Amino acid sequence: MKYKVNEKGYYGDFGGAYIPEMLYPNVEELRQNYLKIIADPEFQKEFHQLLKDYVGRPSPLYLAKRYSEKYGANIFLKREDLNHTGAHKINNTIGQILLAEKLGKKRIIAETGAGQHGVATATVCALRNLECVIYMGEVDIERQAPNVARMKMLGAKVVPASSGSKTLKDATNEAMRDWINNPVDTHYIIGSVVGPHPYPDMVAIFQSIISEETKKQLLEQTGSDQPDYVLACVGGGSNAMGMFYHFMDDENVKLIAVEAAGKGVSSGFSAATTYLGKEGVLHGSRSILMQTEDGQVVEPHSVSAGLDYPGIGPQHAHLFKTGRGQYVSITDDESLEAGLLCTKLEGIIPAIESAHALAYLEKMEFKGGENVVVCLSGRGDKDLDTYIKYFNL
Amino acid sequence: MNRIKKLFQEKKNILSIYYTAGYPNLGDTIQIAEALQKSGADILEIGFPYSDPVADGPVIQASSKQSLDQGMTLKVLFEQLKDLRKNVTIPVLLMGYVNPVLQFGVENFCKACAEVGVDGCIVPDLPMAEYEEFYQECFEKHNLSNVFLITPQTAEERIHKIDGLTNSFIYLLSSSATTGKNLEVGDTTEAYFGRIKAMNLKNPTMIGFGISDKQTFDKACSYANGAIIGTAFVKAIAEGNLEESVSNFMRKFRD
Repeated sequence: MKYKVNEKGYYGDFGGAYIPEMLYPNVEELRQNYLKIIADPEFQKEFHQLLKDYVGRPSPLYLAKRYSEKYGANIFLKREDLNHTGAHKINNTIGQILLAEKLGKKRIIAETGAGQHGVATATVCALRNLECVIYMGEVDIERQAPNVARMKMLGAKVVPASSGSKTLKDATNEAMRDWINNPVDTHYIIGSVVGPHPYPDMVAIFQSIISEETKKQLLEQTGSDQPDYVLACVGGGSNAMGMFYHFMDDENVKLIAVEAAGKGVSSGFSAATTYLGKEGVLHGSRSILMQTEDGQVVEPHSVSAGLDYPGIGPQHAHLFKTGRGQYVSITDDESLEAGLLCTKLEGIIPAIESAHALAYLEKMEFKGGENVVVCLSGRGDKDLDTYIKYFNL
Repeated sequence: MNRIKKLFQEKKNILSIYYTAGYPNLGDTIQIAEALQKSGADILEIGFPYSDPVADGPVIQASSKQSLDQGMTLKVLFEQLKDLRKNVTIPVLLMGYVNPVLQFGVENFCKACAEVGVDGCIVPDLPMAEYEEFYQECFEKHNLSNVFLITPQTAEERIHKIDGLTNSFIYLLSSSATTGKNLEVGDTTEAYFGRIKAMNLKNPTMIGFGISDKQTFDKACSYANGAIIGTAFVKAIAEGNLEESVSNFMRKFRD
């Protein structure tokens, strides 16, 4: 429990609920009820039934033979890319939509960057017949047209965020403004382990299915549920938190979180938050974020829209500060090369986000025989344009 | 006695004006303060801009962005405010988000406020629990009042707690909304204002969000000690001669 949230909503120095009074009743309602609702056997039954029959869980833990030969270690891929809608995001949206129903909410809002969380939210809203409004930066709407079309097909209203940099950070601001203006009937499905308490904890709990399954699968396949390394990419950090969750207290399991270095950590075009950031408050929690000396939030850059965020979740900040997690970064170029390598070696086109985690394998040194799990958080269909342009395919 | 307390003892129908520091031009901060005092404002709320102002609507967002683009920082603002008390005698509050305060350093921030003659702060994303734990001592040491917000959804018990922590006034939001929405005083709003009035809080109240003209101002004053105008004023000074814009705007309320 050393790394879990305390009763005040903090992970060490990080977390809390830095929200205007207008959001207090909503967030407080959630705080008072989320653990109770999630623990309810009826909720658990429905949640797991949907994960199984609708999402297609458990997702396979695949021993990647050719990767393993190349690196001289047993490389396992946790196949979140095989989930319905193509990424881990749906684990959280299924959980939150059921929770929103229990709270009697009639309207769902969400922010999205690349559109994966937006699609996952629009999907569950269609499934449960709830009104759905997705905020998405104007810039992202342009560069992620297929996902915008998907959300519309699913019945969601996609609202462009036209303030600031017109990307994920601004979409999050707009969703928060919507929630302020609709304080009674609306639930805000945050897509990552960010936001005011209890969001980081709630999203982590819903995503923890990833490591829960991984442990069981490892035990079956290797005879031990303790790998040597666990790797995942980090934007806000939801797939990484899901992947780390049940390993956090196993101190012999090394946790490696891979951030997006963009064009290089010192290039001015980067999203390597732990390297470039300082402690501060963004989107309702105290964490680490990229900012100016004056405390203004700095625009991040990554080729991967899902990692293009200037902060990380408070629990990640805690894992970083305590040294429990190792936070590293991978450039745009390295991630795209790794995406192509994965495709050639294993016949799997990974999302560019996930390719960041894969790319770090290249930088690790193995003695031989270590068990390494990489969270393949999403599939690369949405990134084909980027791959095509980069490799002149 | 502090300036805010004195004002509420002496005056009714108090008019507080919000504006963004460093807008429309970086160097306008003090000129606007002086012009507002001259044309009858009772309290000034000077906004220090933030890149991600989630509680604000488009007008204040845009003024914040313009101010930041022109080079406004807390350091620059405190430098400008060294001239504040040369001519301005009415209460002045700083309003902004918590992250710039954190980066400036809470102690440094409070000290700087006290040195330039700022009477208090409004930090919408600083919650009560965090204020009590990390900020209150420092605020009190430097005689700064912290103004809390309440909305129609704020529970009675919490309102009493806020009242206990306050030593200036309570900021009553007309509805749960971002800044710049119009005030529509329907039955539910009236019931809410009435409910707050009937609680007999020890602190005075000011109604804010959605006050834009004489009519909405008078309505607000019938339920509270006064009202706060922000967006409408920021809009009014966007263009033209600053002194004229300020006095034209204020004439509507003070004639």
